[in-house]
Amino acid sequence: MPIKTDLSTIAQMPDERGHFGPYGGRFVSETLMAALQQLEETYERLWRDPDFQAEFDRDLAHYVGRPSPLYHAVHLTELCGGAQIYLKREDLNHTGAHKVNNTIGQALLAKYTGKPRVIAETGAGQHGVASATVAARLGLKCQVYMGAEDVQRQALNVYRMKLLGAEVISVESGTRTLKDAMNEAMRDWVTNVDDTFYIIGTAAGPHPYPKLVRDFQSVIGREARAQCLEQAGRLPDVLVACVGGGSNAIGLFHPFIEDADVRMVGVEAGGFGVESGQHAAPLTAGRPGVLHGNRTYLMEDDAGQILGTHSVSAGLDYPGVGPEHSYLKDVGRAEYVAINDDEAMDAFRTLTRVEGIMPAIESSHAVAHAMKMAKEMDKDQIIVVNLSGRGDKDIHTVAQIDGIQV
Amino acid sequence: MNRIAACFERLKEQGRQALIPYITAGDPAPAATVPTMHAMVEAGADIIELGIPFSDPMADGPTIQLACERSLMHGTRLLDVLEMVKTFREKDQETPVVLMGYLNPVEVLGYKSFAEQAAAAGVDGALIVDLPPEEAEGEFDQVMKANGLDTIYLLAPTTEESRVEKVCKAGSGYLYYVSVKGVTGSAALDVQAVADKLDVVRRYTDLPIGVGFGIKDAESAKAVSGVADGVIVGSVLVNKIASLVAQQDEIPAQVSAIVAELRTAMDA
Repeated sequence: MPIKTDLSTIAQMPDERGHFGPYGGRFVSETLMAALQQLEETYERLWRDPDFQAEFDRDLAHYVGRPSPLYHAVHLTELCGGAQIYLKREDLNHTGAHKVNNTIGQALLAKYTGKPRVIAETGAGQHGVASATVAARLGLKCQVYMGAEDVQRQALNVYRMKLLGAEVISVESGTRTLKDAMNEAMRDWVTNVDDTFYIIGTAAGPHPYPKLVRDFQSVIGREARAQCLEQAGRLPDVLVACVGGGSNAIGLFHPFIEDADVRMVGVEAGGFGVESGQHAAPLTAGRPGVLHGNRTYLMEDDAGQILGTHSVSAGLDYPGVGPEHSYLKDVGRAEYVAINDDEAMDAFRTLTRVEGIMPAIESSHAVAHAMKMAKEMDKDQIIVVNLSGRGDKDIHTVAQIDGIQV
Repeated sequence: MNRIAACFERLKEQGRQALIPYITAGDPAPAATVPTMHAMVEAGADIIELGIPFSDPMADGPTIQLACERSLMHGTRLLDVLEMVKTFREKDQETPVVLMGYLNPVEVLGYKSFAEQAAAAGVDGALIVDLPPEEAEGEFDQVMKANGLDTIYLLAPTTEESRVEKVCKAGSGYLYYVSVKGVTGSAALDVQAVADKLDVVRRYTDLPIGVGFGIKDAESAKAVSGVADGVIVGSVLVNKIASLVAQQDEIPAQVSAIVAELRTAMDA
């Protein structure tokens, strides 16, 4: 698809009102408007503040362990027999996923604004763990909202959060997954807006969250770009990342937006198959609407009610997506596809066996699509896959599929 | 003059305040809604706020979330809600009806189509909780005005004075002051704090101001009517409806009994 808009215009989004073309914005009830305005001002000031930047960079280096490696997966490449596959190893970050890049940044914002309490929503629990981790370190009170269904399937992360001193609140309303956790977190924030900082886990929600989460996560793409140039002597041909809310994907993609020859492919959760209706692929099969403070592609019925989603991966089990992805789709700068549960599980097993790297089931969606693409590409071409998280948290799910009690 | 303006003018002449009950359309079943609306008017309601059910009502507490879920079990759509208003108008051409809900069902219909069909059904205004003036300016405001519908906006304890002016300018019909930081059905309100904030708001507008969130009983309704132009009450009525899911015939009488009690207290 031809790109319909000037690349530097695309890279400079959002506008000052938080709009990415028709997407994004600030669709919240009045009570939150002042807090969002304040957050925007604080963020814009601190993001340009050398002291804040230095502290953020220092934390990423010495606490998170950045830069994360870009690993040339030669065995997976050989197996596919096509393009060279490189893995951006966000799974090696402290707490095991890319989520911590963002929680470090937002916790610093909480600290600089003097809020003693943070809240977060979580699906797979990775963002909850990352939030609980930074809260523990900064001495902030932390409560994490998690859908009751996810509390069950991600028991390990629930316990990790508790050990870190966070309180996990099981959400019983609605579909009992990530979207309902986000509803509850919003309700908490409305009620406790004076002393509470809401650490949103993905590049979605009301402005300025999609922008600031992207900025905090863009370290992924900046590193990957430099590492690819250093290791391969050129830019990659394709970037592949999984998309739930889409923070790891936008973090990888954004620094490449003006590199016209670099294709960007976001991989949504196809669940039992997009045609089954049981999936979490709004960009692939949904349409634009308004939820959780922003206009974006959604899974909704023909009356505008939000649909329940299905994915084997709790972290992708969300009916919306970050607004910048909706924009990148419409202007043709990024493509979005869906990978089904069983394809993701196959990729999980393959990567584990041939490279000794156990990916999160979320990231396995990206690996699965990269393998498909690699087979169709030449050996001198390069795919960079964002390995956004490690699979330890998913052992229980995998064992269950295998019919084994761990 | 439209129905909302006429209503507040009449009340002003009488030295009374508007009693504005909220129920969710289609809760617990579509058949209950119109009879309950009529019964509430008979019991002294001046304006009815009719909730459009939404799957993810994130500014509401559990009471209204559950009401939405009960309504959506019957598949209540925005178009069904408009049908209910049309039916209500067959017997009542005077009482203003304001739709209250979230943007997404309205987006699906399209703003223009929504405004035209709402006006044709006899709706007088709409309060879209997640559509602040910044996002409404442009098409939404235009089509509402073009169809003679009021756009009711929220003001909150957190709304800074610099914004109060903007919201007051954008709003029409009345303003809805959210009395507490929180969701619907949450903590009790502080009447003095409300009064102080309304003093600020009145510097910027002559629109009537309704106060909602945290009004639980006759006492709080009475107290709020001392400082506001309207008293908005929702969760206490919706809780009553929730308790009568098994005896739906009782809903109009029992809900309107609460309305009557609040009315008596406010007029005393």
